[in-house]
Amino acid sequence: MPTVSMTVNGKSVSAEVEPRTLLVQYLREHLGLTGTHVGCDTSQCGACVVHVDGESAKSCTMLAMQAEGSDVSTIEGLADGDTLHPMQEAFRENHGLQCGFCTPGMVMSAVDLVRTNADPSEQEVREWLEGNLCRCTGYHNIVKSILAGAKAMQG
Amino acid sequence: MNEMSNKWIGQSTIRPDGAEKVTGRAEFAADTNMPGMIWGSVLRSPHAHARIVSIDTSKAEAHPGVKAVVTAQDIVDFPVDTPVPLGIQDMRWMCRNIMAREKVLFHGHPLAAVAATSEAIAAEACKLIEMEYEVLPWVIEIEDAIKPDAPILHEYLEHDGKPSNITGTLEHKLGDVEEGFAQADVIIERSFTTRPVHQGYIEPHACLVSVAADGKTTIWSSSQGQFMVRAMTAMLTDMPQSDIRAIPAEIGGGFGGKTIVYLEPVATMLSKKSGRPVKMVMSREDVMRASGPTSGSMSTVKIGATKDGQIVAAEGTFYLQAGALPGSPIRGAAGCGFAPYNIPNVHSVGIDVVSNRSKVAAYRAPGAPIGAFAVESVLDEVAEALNIDPLELRLRHAAREGTKAAHGPTYPLIGFVETIEAAIEHPHYKAPLGKHQGRGVASGFWFNAGGESSAQVNITEDGNVVVTTGHPDIGGSRAAIANVAAELLGIDYRRVSVLIGDTATVGYSNLTGGSRVLFASAMAVTDSAGQVITTLCERAAKIWDIDPDAVTWEDGEARPAGDNAGQFEPLSLADIAAQATQTGGPIGHGAQLNTTGAQGGFATHICDVEVDMDLGIVKVLRYTSFQDVGRAVHPAYVEGQMQGGVAQGIGWALNEEYIFDKDGHVDNPGFLDYRMPVCSDLPMLDAVMIEVPNPAHPQGVRGVGEVPLVPALAAIANAVHNALGLRFSSLPMSPPKVLAALEMPEAAE
Ligand code: FES
Ligand code: FES
Repeated sequence: MPTVSMTVNGKSVSAEVEPRTLLVQYLREHLGLTGTHVGCDTSQCGACVVHVDGESAKSCTMLAMQAEGSDVSTIEGLADGDTLHPMQEAFRENHGLQCGFCTPGMVMSAVDLVRTNADPSEQEVREWLEGNLCRCTGYHNIVKSILAGAKAMQG
Repeated sequence: MNEMSNKWIGQSTIRPDGAEKVTGRAEFAADTNMPGMIWGSVLRSPHAHARIVSIDTSKAEAHPGVKAVVTAQDIVDFPVDTPVPLGIQDMRWMCRNIMAREKVLFHGHPLAAVAATSEAIAAEACKLIEMEYEVLPWVIEIEDAIKPDAPILHEYLEHDGKPSNITGTLEHKLGDVEEGFAQADVIIERSFTTRPVHQGYIEPHACLVSVAADGKTTIWSSSQGQFMVRAMTAMLTDMPQSDIRAIPAEIGGGFGGKTIVYLEPVATMLSKKSGRPVKMVMSREDVMRASGPTSGSMSTVKIGATKDGQIVAAEGTFYLQAGALPGSPIRGAAGCGFAPYNIPNVHSVGIDVVSNRSKVAAYRAPGAPIGAFAVESVLDEVAEALNIDPLELRLRHAAREGTKAAHGPTYPLIGFVETIEAAIEHPHYKAPLGKHQGRGVASGFWFNAGGESSAQVNITEDGNVVVTTGHPDIGGSRAAIANVAAELLGIDYRRVSVLIGDTATVGYSNLTGGSRVLFASAMAVTDSAGQVITTLCERAAKIWDIDPDAVTWEDGEARPAGDNAGQFEPLSLADIAAQATQTGGPIGHGAQLNTTGAQGGFATHICDVEVDMDLGIVKVLRYTSFQDVGRAVHPAYVEGQMQGGVAQGIGWALNEEYIFDKDGHVDNPGFLDYRMPVCSDLPMLDAVMIEVPNPAHPQGVRGVGEVPLVPALAAIANAVHNALGLRFSSLPMSPPKVLAALEMPEAAE
């Protein structure tokens, strides 16, 4: 089995994996980072969004091998110790979740949105989230959370 | 209603599980692991309908890495001639749904399962199972299934004295419809169809099961009821319930679809046979093919009114798909459709039809949106024919306290009228509309439910509070329960920790479903907290050496009252907890109730749409829902239910549908072609809560989760009619259908 090495949440990791192992399987099953979720088989739901070299990526759509040498961060690596990332705090405070299954992917996507667009409009948030499904909230409070999170990230 | 200050009830407090969920630490069923764990995979039928001639699992069993194989032989058979009800389910059908027996009844029907050292090996081994079938003719749609020469799914189920795919009927009658229609000047009769739609929870079904050598079994799973999981698994695997501990994992959405088991009994048998913990996780494709969805339908509704605007009679026939095994929500369709109105003569019939598609599961107000779509569309036409404003027509006939409903009850205090009045007065109803835009309204009803609920309220040694209840929290109910307990005990909500117990740590509690959770658990918590307060007062009395009756509990502390008022310094929860050992021991009480007094929920919706005349896309521009929410214990999560329900209605009305190919296979078993609303499809969804507290509940709770979906299909269809002058009687109003109807109006039917 080939060996794959990368940095995950700031730590170097390395493991032997079957070549067909998806990045999401590597994160969940080898590293125990189960905050990255799987909701579909066709790359639609976005529950699995992580950052690869700073940009959001669907970890179900990548092989672990493709992340060789990359810097990967997951929802578990977003908070600064006990202090939630402003986007996490915004979801918590604005009730941006009901069941919470879509939340890690939503938060990771949202952080990437604000990286590229510091002050997004409601419409820009909605368009950015096309690859993230939520069945519980009707997106209402998710949009509110992201707008609030974007503000907090600036401040 | 209590007379308390309501410091916490009515506050949108921060949810107790928020930090865990935004950091990825919350444990959903697929996140759970155990040492020595292996993986299960399911072999599913490639045919829509076939007799099973033989199953040979020997090659799969011999495959390296395989630890166990399970077939229908390993699952308890409940013979088809004896009903075995469990809640609203029947174990005859449940055992045949989780593992095909005698026949496969739909494409994707489980046939066998394999447990192996990896998921990939288990899936490979499934392919080594040798099946012999006698392929049978199949039938998918209702209109085909009820034809006299239709292929029959269950030869032993009869209707009108002969084998039939009609497997159940239900009838509601009020007054005399013939007499009623005889008085009518205007009679509108229309037929409607809706397609089956999936609940669409983002978390696929998952479980981990460990059966120990002595048979003691632990199940972690994603379900809407750990006690349902325990009961069904026990029955299907022939185990005593006391040997099973069902632990509710965090649940990633359910909407009714997780009120039955698919995987747990199978994983239990795999674990039993292999001696290893077994994890099973459905793929999205499996979820779409073999779990849920809700029924497709075919209905006819006829409403008669006099020319001065009095509705005098209403009649409805609702055929609902049950899927492969009997049991569709005909009660919701036939019962809820006319329930919002005071109509003297009503006849409503529900008909359950089986066909070769997956067995339906509950979906948010099961059946009710189907009934409302037909009834509210016809009402719209009646209003048009009489030249009356559609909300005004509804207001004139709105059910209120004392109205006798065709499905049985005479309503107690309800807030339906208030929802219509609020809609009429809302700026949305008067806002101008542009070209190719239209506005629609509709109302809806859902029964709501009470039932069994247990709770335990314990005071910690440092004077804080742990509340344990028994209903999985699917949308923020723990936050609402924290508000209730904090209010009752007079302390800050942050001092209350709310947990969902497992089947071994809390008393029996019925499913998270029927919009019952907060209604029922708040009653159990109120009862428990009341006992705790009595004990706290007794302990204070002991410390002060006065009569317990001379102590009151106010603002989180015991105070001497009556003659003793002011004689002692008040004792806080922490003071009393610190002396608990000396004054009689640990402080905590529980309640196990069968709650009653749940009252129906009503809602009225206003929807604006714009139709893209070139692409046929219907875009929802503005949506406002008005709902009698009883008492909004946690307003943000009440609004959340309203918004979530509306979004699901928009998907159902505009895009979602199962497509079958020429072989009776689902052609779109994934989010790629089964198109649920994405964020850019929707506007902000305004939710207007109207509080008419339920007098039969200590906090006034009415149940809010399901009714927000009910009016949506009709509100959107009525808006499209208003925009185009075309009435769609068949859902979804997807772009190809809208384009076709723009060219040829018959295509809307
Ligand atoms: S799991 Fe659905 S997009 Fe990755
Ligand atoms: S909160 Fe449940 S899927 Fe988004």
